[in-house]
Amino acid sequence: MADTALKSTAMKSVGGLLARQGILVAFVVFMVGFALWNPRFIDIDNVFGVIRSSAILGVMALGVTFVVIGGNLDLSVGSMLSFSAIVVLDLHENPAFGPALAIPAMYAMTLALGALNGFLIGYLRLNSLIVTLGMLSAIHGLTLTYSGGQNMDIANQSETWFGVFGRGSALGIPVPVLIFAGLAALLGMILAKTPFGRKVYAVGGNGTAATFSGIPRARVVFATYLISAFCVATAGLIQASRTMGAQNTVGQGLELEVLAAVILGGASLLGGSGTIFKTVIGVLILGFIQNGLLLAGLEFYVQFVVTWIIIILAVWLDIATKRGKLWSPIA
Amino acid sequence: MRDERLKTLLKGGAIWGFILLELVFFEVAGRIWSLSGNAFVDLDNMLLLLKQAAPIGIIAVGMTVVMINGNIDLSVGATYALAGIVMLDSMSWPFMEALGAGAIPLAWGFALLTGALLGLINGLIVWKTGVDAFIVTLGAMLGFRGLVFMYNGEQPTYHLDWTMVDIAEAEILGLQTPALVFLAVVLGVWLLMTRTVHGRNAYAIGDNRDAAVNAGLRVGPHILINFVLIGVLAALSAVAFYSGSGSVNPNDGMLFELWAITAVVLGGTKLTGGRGSIIGTLGGVLAIQLLRMGLGHIGAQTETVNLVIGTILIAVLFLDRQLNRKGAEELKI
Repeated sequence: MADTALKSTAMKSVGGLLARQGILVAFVVFMVGFALWNPRFIDIDNVFGVIRSSAILGVMALGVTFVVIGGNLDLSVGSMLSFSAIVVLDLHENPAFGPALAIPAMYAMTLALGALNGFLIGYLRLNSLIVTLGMLSAIHGLTLTYSGGQNMDIANQSETWFGVFGRGSALGIPVPVLIFAGLAALLGMILAKTPFGRKVYAVGGNGTAATFSGIPRARVVFATYLISAFCVATAGLIQASRTMGAQNTVGQGLELEVLAAVILGGASLLGGSGTIFKTVIGVLILGFIQNGLLLAGLEFYVQFVVTWIIIILAVWLDIATKRGKLWSPIA
Repeated sequence: MRDERLKTLLKGGAIWGFILLELVFFEVAGRIWSLSGNAFVDLDNMLLLLKQAAPIGIIAVGMTVVMINGNIDLSVGATYALAGIVMLDSMSWPFMEALGAGAIPLAWGFALLTGALLGLINGLIVWKTGVDAFIVTLGAMLGFRGLVFMYNGEQPTYHLDWTMVDIAEAEILGLQTPALVFLAVVLGVWLLMTRTVHGRNAYAIGDNRDAAVNAGLRVGPHILINFVLIGVLAALSAVAFYSGSGSVNPNDGMLFELWAITAVVLGGTKLTGGRGSIIGTLGGVLAIQLLRMGLGHIGAQTETVNLVIGTILIAVLFLDRQLNRKGAEELKI
């Protein structure tokens, strides 16, 4: 009797662990499985390689996590990335700017776009899906108008230090990895440990209640879009620096992949839940799956199908544990 | 009461007023700036407009139904590409080649079946798991695109069949096949939404799902049918387009979902579900295509199209909100 009770408590705590950290458990199982199958998978160079190639997506996902926890969406990050990469490359080539001025100028312009998002969604309270859908289109048009439809390239690549953000490494660690890790730590702290972070959760969890308890909802939402734009600018910098050139469509389609990583990490689209740590796990899962499939000799596009299945399973299991039933109650 | 009616008319007619405005503007501006000096509002131009609007338009009609239902489908672009690939590839299967021209309707059938199957997958997942349609179809957008690539790698899929091209370029009253298909779809789905029980249920479920469940509607199968419908329409769009072009690139159809949603929202359908109309979507599709064409006509850079459409979408959202101050709160996904 006692034995069964013990067993059921154990089962419950395992179930609870799975419910709370399911994605982390899945990640560990996946990593161990793959490492047993092919030791090269956890080779330090391979690991850094994966994180480095996930860094652009990852940095964007950090910002989008704030927006999603705040109860909104940001579909404009993909075209915003194209914009920031094109702008920073163009200004880099402009003798009046040079790399040292191009970077802050690009940050300012990208943040202005984020502020526009934040104003429309935070202060005017327009629907974030449609506003950022409109911004996706508008920013794409802005980028094309700015560049005249041309690709941007750095002419003299050997004479600039601009490549450091995408190609450099410090202490044997690639700089994009350092940027991703540093920003994740900083934003994770802000979200988890500061009053501002708690306000983001409150606004996303129940906006009306947050307003009644004196939280400036508009200002908080506005700030989440600024953070998102800041992350996009950083990702754009890494992108531009790594390739020293960019097409107008470099970020196309990334908005939905970023969102997929955030959702995979367990943030709810209803707002109010999710963490930076989980988003990082979501990003890494996508990156390591891609890598694992490549090592297994499969083409890159197989990962799309695997990602599809994983996202739906992850979200399904999440809501199934919450409602206590596997199948939906819809008739 | 009359006030209400006037307001409805105003809102329903807004998109057509906008289209009229576009026509006048581009006609006048064209005379001032256009290098060619041709009239903008002429019959050939307008017929061409319908043809060019067809691929997105057919999909947007399906999107309207799904959105009235309170759902969304982000996977239509990938469905479009996969249906096109299946259609063209099937033409070179041995038994199909033996059939000669008889293979063409069969190839179309395979394409539509592909669309129906993909729609069925989405619909079943939404129904049975209860995961939000946004997430289900976001995942499917990636997954279906993966299937597109797995079919033929990164190579384009070709098959040029002149009989098929002739059918695609056939004209009735000056309208080419894609435009005719588009108009037929608009008419058919409009009838479905306004004259049938299924259409009435679609509004009821989108308006208040719980109430619909309590009223005894079988919400799950209903949602499933609508996802199959949009899958078939995305495939039909591919049939109408690729029959003429004869070549599918694996990246084709990307961002179609976003264009379709833009057209639907411009046409007055609400993201919250429960409200919207097929005719409004027709207006939204035409307005976007007119804008593309018109900006080209007056010699503006084609790049500005995206900028203008994005701005208009946000402006429409803002105006709509101002007009509906007391209306229902916007949905949060």
